[in-house]
Amino acid sequence: MTSTETLTPLQVDRVVKRFGSLTAVAGVSFELGDRECLGLLGPNGAGKSTLIRSIAGRVRPDSGSIHIFGQPALSFKARAALGWIPQDLALYPLLTCRENLHSFGQYQGLRGRTLQDAIQWCLDWAALTDRSDEPVKKLSGGMKRRLNMAAGLIHRPRVVLMDEPTAGVDPQSRNRIFEMIEGLRAEGMSVLYTTHYMEEAERLCDRIAIMDHGSFIALGTKEELVRGAFGGRNDVIMRFSQNGKDAAAWAASRGGAFENDTARFAVDQPSQIAPLLEAAGDQGLELIDLTLRRPNLESVFLQLTGRELRE
Amino acid sequence: MIPAIIRTAFTGLRRDRGALILSFILPVAFFSIFAIVFGGQRGNRTPRISVAIVDEDHSATSQRLVEALKREGALNVLTRPEQKKGAPVPADYTSAGAENAVKQGVAPAALIIPKGFGTNPVAFGSSSSRPVFQLLHDSSDPIAPQMIAGLLQKVVMSSMGDLMADAGAKEFEAIAGGLTPQQRQTVDSRLAQIHRYAQQVDTAPSASSQGNAGGMVNVQERDVVGEKKTNPMISFEAAGIGVMFLLFTASAAGGTLLDEAESGTLDRVLSSRVSMTSLLAGKMAYCTLLAFGELSVMFLWAWAVFHLDLFEHLSGFVVMGLSTAFAVASFGMVLASVAGTRAQQAGISTLLILTMSAIGGSMFPRFLMPEMMRKIGLVTFNAWAIDGFTKVFWRDEPVMNLMPQVAVLLGSGIVLFFVARRFAKRWEYN
Repeated sequence: MTSTETLTPLQVDRVVKRFGSLTAVAGVSFELGDRECLGLLGPNGAGKSTLIRSIAGRVRPDSGSIHIFGQPALSFKARAALGWIPQDLALYPLLTCRENLHSFGQYQGLRGRTLQDAIQWCLDWAALTDRSDEPVKKLSGGMKRRLNMAAGLIHRPRVVLMDEPTAGVDPQSRNRIFEMIEGLRAEGMSVLYTTHYMEEAERLCDRIAIMDHGSFIALGTKEELVRGAFGGRNDVIMRFSQNGKDAAAWAASRGGAFENDTARFAVDQPSQIAPLLEAAGDQGLELIDLTLRRPNLESVFLQLTGRELRE
Repeated sequence: MIPAIIRTAFTGLRRDRGALILSFILPVAFFSIFAIVFGGQRGNRTPRISVAIVDEDHSATSQRLVEALKREGALNVLTRPEQKKGAPVPADYTSAGAENAVKQGVAPAALIIPKGFGTNPVAFGSSSSRPVFQLLHDSSDPIAPQMIAGLLQKVVMSSMGDLMADAGAKEFEAIAGGLTPQQRQTVDSRLAQIHRYAQQVDTAPSASSQGNAGGMVNVQERDVVGEKKTNPMISFEAAGIGVMFLLFTASAAGGTLLDEAESGTLDRVLSSRVSMTSLLAGKMAYCTLLAFGELSVMFLWAWAVFHLDLFEHLSGFVVMGLSTAFAVASFGMVLASVAGTRAQQAGISTLLILTMSAIGGSMFPRFLMPEMMRKIGLVTFNAWAIDGFTKVFWRDEPVMNLMPQVAVLLGSGIVLFFVARRFAKRWEYN
């Protein structure tokens, strides 16, 4: 008999989900390792939430399989091992923090001392102990977010799905949430984390999957993704003052991308910058800013999809 | 400026189809329902009144009276209990059987033709020698006994003219025989009596709860159901209004499912160990307890303020209260699971609840409705619940007699729960 210690926390195999003629998830496969944090990046409509909801058992895939520690995603054992933090606040607004946690703890089968301990752990983890008897509707946005996360962890799952947990949160609260997530990882939880923000993925995630049009178009560590997209090359970012159409045509003719008055080129050596400047001058384009930058995830995303992440 | 505001408002209304339907279709629907309930269905006919007849005289004259009453279009004459399938024809009503029929609500009144009616059927004036008819009635229907008493006088006058002539001849013989001065004095005296009688008929109220001994026949009325009640009509009001508001409560409580679906809480709950069936069962239990609590408060208030004899009927109240609460809770669940949005649910529930309350007797007693509407009313929870509470508080019937009402309410509740479960599938996976 195989112990759960040796089983993969999350295994997704060729999952397909269609809504009418729209294919939201088009044959996605991946594994989430023990204590790993996997970031799921993608623009709106890429299929991230449908994939997360499929894993959480709220969407039934048309084909493919999802297993959590070897158990089918819809089984009770899988649900017990899985925590889901939905993107929207899913709380009872008239109940206090403690009452919300009590309800969700009971829904997860917790009772008695175990439940009380779990509630206290959640309140401490979310730094809401001093507001525990406050109705949710009176909490600030950041506090509601933290409670929303805590409610998904009341049963101390070993695999956690986080669907844009920092959406609409101010920078200070976001940092607090990052610390909370890092605390969870230190406790041994595996996390699947979807976000729009590159800096979140870079800070929190061991590996990153880039999703577009329902498929994974890249999967790996940040370094692997950058190397895969750019090799050893660097980004040259040139911003022009005007002549957008001329600049776009010029950038395309030299193998670059153009967006928002900004052209991007990948160069192997800094010495390649001079010919670019000269060519732009010949074209009559007025350059107002020039940056040489090591490619980051945003560059990878733009390179792979041709779009900004937050479009 | 004002035309722009009007145009914008009308455009908004046109786009909101739910509001548009509620604005124009709902009033027409309600008008139709109330027109049918209060106005009769065809030709505005007054509904027929059921009356159990007991012939204690068994004379040819009393038989003629029974037949004449049967021909009266406004009456539905019952001379014996309804024959059950496969059972022999039951015997004619006795006075005790007719009284029970009134107590059980089979008919709102019973008329007992007394012994001796055949030999002395009618008389003018308030002759004490006439046998007295007994009119047993249920004061929950205050109109029926008055109608029956009046129709009895009418039938005697219009259908038994020869008897009236006989009575007149006897009166004449008694008055005119010999016509001595003393007899003349008697005739004058009798004629004066007849004049006084005519004046009495002209000036007397149309009916009296104490009887109408001044008619062609003597009738003594007796309330056999509510005579010992301190506040006879209050249980009707509490049950009727109570069920209507319970339906609103259950609808609102069931609507929390839609709120949770819209807020995402339902998703979170269903991703835990809670199944859709458990969730619906839990919500339904909550609705049932809430509705029963509301009903209890209403009846306690009726006990404290209006002297409803609640504690003498506690077991019946609990049985009927829980059955009713269960049924209305299932109604709330079905509404929530069928409706797409909270706004839709509010519109549909208002339409259904007011319709059910109108035809089910919460707003207007069913016994005053046309026969067909009374039957249609039986598709509503209101009718069954009110009938059950009436049995408990009005007719003092034992709990076992509530079986039909309890079975219908609980059975419907279970069926509706499964209907709600089927529709709730849409929330299970999306």
